Amino acid sequence: MIGGQDKLRKRQLREETAPEETAPEKTAPGSTSSGSTSSGKRSSVRTVYRNEESEPMKMIDIKKLIYEYTRRDDEGNIESVNRAVDGVDLDIEKGDFVAILGHNGSGKSTIAKHINAILMPTEGAVWVDGIDTREEERVWDVRQAAGMVFQNPDNQIIATVVEEDVGFGPENMGVPTEEIWKRVEQSLRAVGMIEYRYHSPNKLSGGQKQRVAIAGLMAMKPQCIVLDEPTAMLDPNGRREVIKTVRELNQKEGITVLLITHYMDEVTSADKVIVMDEGKVVMQGTPREVFSRVDELKARRLDVPQATELAWELKKEGINLPDGILTVEDFGKAFEEYVNTNGGLK
Amino acid sequence: MIRDITIGQYYPADSVLHKLDPRVKLVGTMAYIVSLFLVNNVFGYLAAAVFLLLVIKISKVPFAFIVKGLKSVVILLLFAVVFNIFLTPGEVLIRWGFLKVTKEGLRTAAFMGIRLILLIMGSSIMTFTTTPNQLTDGLESLLGPLKKLHVPVHEIAMMMSIALRFIPILLEETDKIMKAQQARCADFESGGLVQKAKSLIPILVPLFVSAFRRANDLAMAMEARCYRGGEGRTKMKPLRYHKPEYKAYGVVVGYLALLIGINMAVSLL
Repeated sequence: MIGGQDKLRKRQLREETAPEETAPEKTAPGSTSSGSTSSGKRSSVRTVYRNEESEPMKMIDIKKLIYEYTRRDDEGNIESVNRAVDGVDLDIEKGDFVAILGHNGSGKSTIAKHINAILMPTEGAVWVDGIDTREEERVWDVRQAAGMVFQNPDNQIIATVVEEDVGFGPENMGVPTEEIWKRVEQSLRAVGMIEYRYHSPNKLSGGQKQRVAIAGLMAMKPQCIVLDEPTAMLDPNGRREVIKTVRELNQKEGITVLLITHYMDEVTSADKVIVMDEGKVVMQGTPREVFSRVDELKARRLDVPQATELAWELKKEGINLPDGILTVEDFGKAFEEYVNTNGGLK
Repeated sequence: MIRDITIGQYYPADSVLHKLDPRVKLVGTMAYIVSLFLVNNVFGYLAAAVFLLLVIKISKVPFAFIVKGLKSVVILLLFAVVFNIFLTPGEVLIRWGFLKVTKEGLRTAAFMGIRLILLIMGSSIMTFTTTPNQLTDGLESLLGPLKKLHVPVHEIAMMMSIALRFIPILLEETDKIMKAQQARCADFESGGLVQKAKSLIPILVPLFVSAFRRANDLAMAMEARCYRGGEGRTKMKPLRYHKPEYKAYGVVVGYLALLIGINMAVSLL
């Protein structure tokens, strides 16, 4: 414990002396903020140790995250500051399937990049599996614990043969050769792409490419995968394929999933849905809870699943269906009940 | 038309050549290219051509597929041949204005043509049977000694393999951009050479922009998968010499010896 705090103090020192990092940048503006952030940092780290000792560690723990994109002109003066994420608190338990919904520019992808330590918080902090993402020397542990799938399937496949691409992650981690082969085979089986192992990724469909990308992460044995709009560039078939694969990994292998999307139909079976708008979390809860608030979603120009929408429209017309209908099956059941109790439609 | 370019692509098949250590293939290809420049008579070229045909047969890559790769360099080939025919001094066969065809010209042109064709086919057989990743590994291992001179061998090798991976993707993209612009009445066919070159600018600009965006995405994806340079990296397919590799080296040495033998025999006669 004492040793740990010692290490921590060293890290803070390093952070404060590091010239080009985000950490000193956030202490720079305003004289009072420097004291408060450093004390905030100390207390937040204490929670990490507390977590390790008593309560089970959260997979992802985000506290008061603020991220600003700063645009500078040629002389390095600040031209404009765009706050992409504005004070987000979020925690995800191990084994959960969590979906983040939101428009383009709502800050959802920025959060994803924080979880993978690609971006560093301007203020606040992100812990992945108990590791503070700002700890420079543990960046690779963070990235190994939380793998990330990106939107464009072409731009994340490195090798020209499927199995070599899946092996890329373990190679970087320094896994011994035999172990790499084992992992490649396991993860290709897990996503159902084993028969394509000798194929060229260029010949695969979009959905298959995304599954290869997921296999590439699985071979790194992550506890959590973050998918940043993995289906945005796919056709309906590919989308179904990818979502099915992700759901299976969540259920069979117990992988924590954070799915970022703007397709409502993909999130109906999530454990938890988080709705973001303008850098803030505006709604969260189970899909049933969130999609019961159709008016609120509509006010934020977000869609709802088709069955939910139909039920909502019918309700407006005086047919009193229950809230929280998500799927066609739900709708069918509720509608049948309604017809039976009311003795037909009015 | 643009999709016909097959140079630098991998052709998956199950052959001895595909399984061979990439270092052997690299050294073999280098030796073959050198041998083509050593040869100075018909018999030598015959031997080189027969050797290449045998290698192609072993590789199980369809012959037509390799010939397709030649299409993209036809212009270069024609240039080399035409210049050699007309510009080589010697015994004049036909005179036509200021142009003259010489006996020596025809000879060098024919040799030059054959040499280029064999050279392109020979090196493409290497890329057809070796995945870019293996090629990278092979190069990295062969150039390994240069690391001591602070040459970033791993980085160069990585860059090469990624470039090869993105050739088909960028070609496809070029095709798309051209079609999109043709749909809006862009004309790439008519006009002189200058006009044609100018009409390429509106294609190159979006292509470059998209290439940079791709590079950015790819860098992020590689970092997300823990890529941090060559240090501490293990290999999924480590390079090891076994029996087939030694045999292959033997074949290459035998081939070189045969060619040198032919050369000496011809010059003695």
